[in-house]
Amino acid sequence: MAKTTPLTRMAERLLHLPVPGGAKIMEVCGSHTVAIRRFGVQRLLPAGVKLVSGPGCPVCVTPDLFIDEAVALARQGVIVASFGDMLRVPGSRSSLERERAAGGDIRAVYSPLDALRLAEDSGRETVFLAVGFETTAPAIAVAALLAVEKKLANFSLLTSLRLVPPALKALVSESSGLAGFLLPGHVSAIIGRQAYGFLAASRLPGVIAGFHAEDIISSLGLLLEMHNKGIYEIVNNYRRVVRDEGNERSRSVLAEVFTPSDAEWRGLGSIPASGLVLRPAFAALDARQRFTIHADSAPRRKGCRCGDVLRGLIDPPACPLFNRSCRPDHPVGPCMVSSEGSCSAWVTYG
Amino acid sequence: MCLAVPMQVREIKGDMAVVESSGLKREVGIMLLDKVKMGDWVLIHAGFAISKLTKKQARQTLAIFAEGQFFG
Ligand code: SF4
Repeated sequence: MAKTTPLTRMAERLLHLPVPGGAKIMEVCGSHTVAIRRFGVQRLLPAGVKLVSGPGCPVCVTPDLFIDEAVALARQGVIVASFGDMLRVPGSRSSLERERAAGGDIRAVYSPLDALRLAEDSGRETVFLAVGFETTAPAIAVAALLAVEKKLANFSLLTSLRLVPPALKALVSESSGLAGFLLPGHVSAIIGRQAYGFLAASRLPGVIAGFHAEDIISSLGLLLEMHNKGIYEIVNNYRRVVRDEGNERSRSVLAEVFTPSDAEWRGLGSIPASGLVLRPAFAALDARQRFTIHADSAPRRKGCRCGDVLRGLIDPPACPLFNRSCRPDHPVGPCMVSSEGSCSAWVTYG
Repeated sequence: MCLAVPMQVREIKGDMAVVESSGLKREVGIMLLDKVKMGDWVLIHAGFAISKLTKKQARQTLAIFAEGQFFG
């Protein structure tokens, strides 16, 4: 007989947990989507339980217009610095990768500090694409503060930052039939457990989870046990990283530089106070104020159902283009471009 | 995109620190955390330490689901 490890015991318990009436659980974070498919957790779910992906991949939820704006900036001859994941994302007519091939000065960077250094070293106008959730936004806020401190006159941000709780609120209110949320580990490291209080008020449990197989399996188990018993709590199951109160220092840096504003999400539309924009005191760092941006936008692509995937309404194979004209080596939509997109995770790990 | 990796603090230079994991060294910002010390394990994302790791609490909640009812 095979040796039972704590992990196999956990997996057994999950698989055999009775969930009367079934349940639909949303994993919010793109890294969870990847981990679930990679470990094959979808094969360990009890009968009647279904996992759907949510809007937790920043690259995927960024609307076409943002890429169009970045492309327009690149065509003006400024240096466009971005996290690498954004380069292949199609805008409505072009992508940053294509602009680079056509001679645009597009740089993939690992940290906003690298973008700051690019601006210092080159002396040229440098725009950093400020994309990400609460995990990433504090790093960008620090870069903004440093740019001011160093009196860097040629550095600016094109912002498309997004906040997770308002998007979850929007999903919950649209009667999605969800029974609970697997909550993002690293977003929660910043915002803390307290940020999800509104879920309990909507009679939904949530578990903050890490990214190892045992993190995800135990978190799903806890979530389903709460669902079965009608307990609506937020459990922190990633305590080695996430403090219940989150990271206050990061939140205060964020609040110093940015302020919430309504923002557009692919698939979800405009959500109140779900984005972050620079405060008026930092207007000099706002690329939209510094440059006149004529984004050359086209009507939305037909066929791509990324928006429905992001709301957990369909699984990727329900998209007619999935694994046919849309593949990781030839992505049509952002959910296939990003390695953390659901469509990509479904093709890559089966 | 919110991927983050645990690394250990080897050297502190003001607001920056040299962190290391499996022989890979990197200079990162530590201004988003309070009181970072030599030898601390921190989670690195986009060039910054965003959280301190507490090994002691690591396995507590995890173990509970494997062993029995969490919500008795
Ligand atoms: S398979 Fe491609 S086209 Fe279809 S929803 Fe996913 S990203 Fe869009």
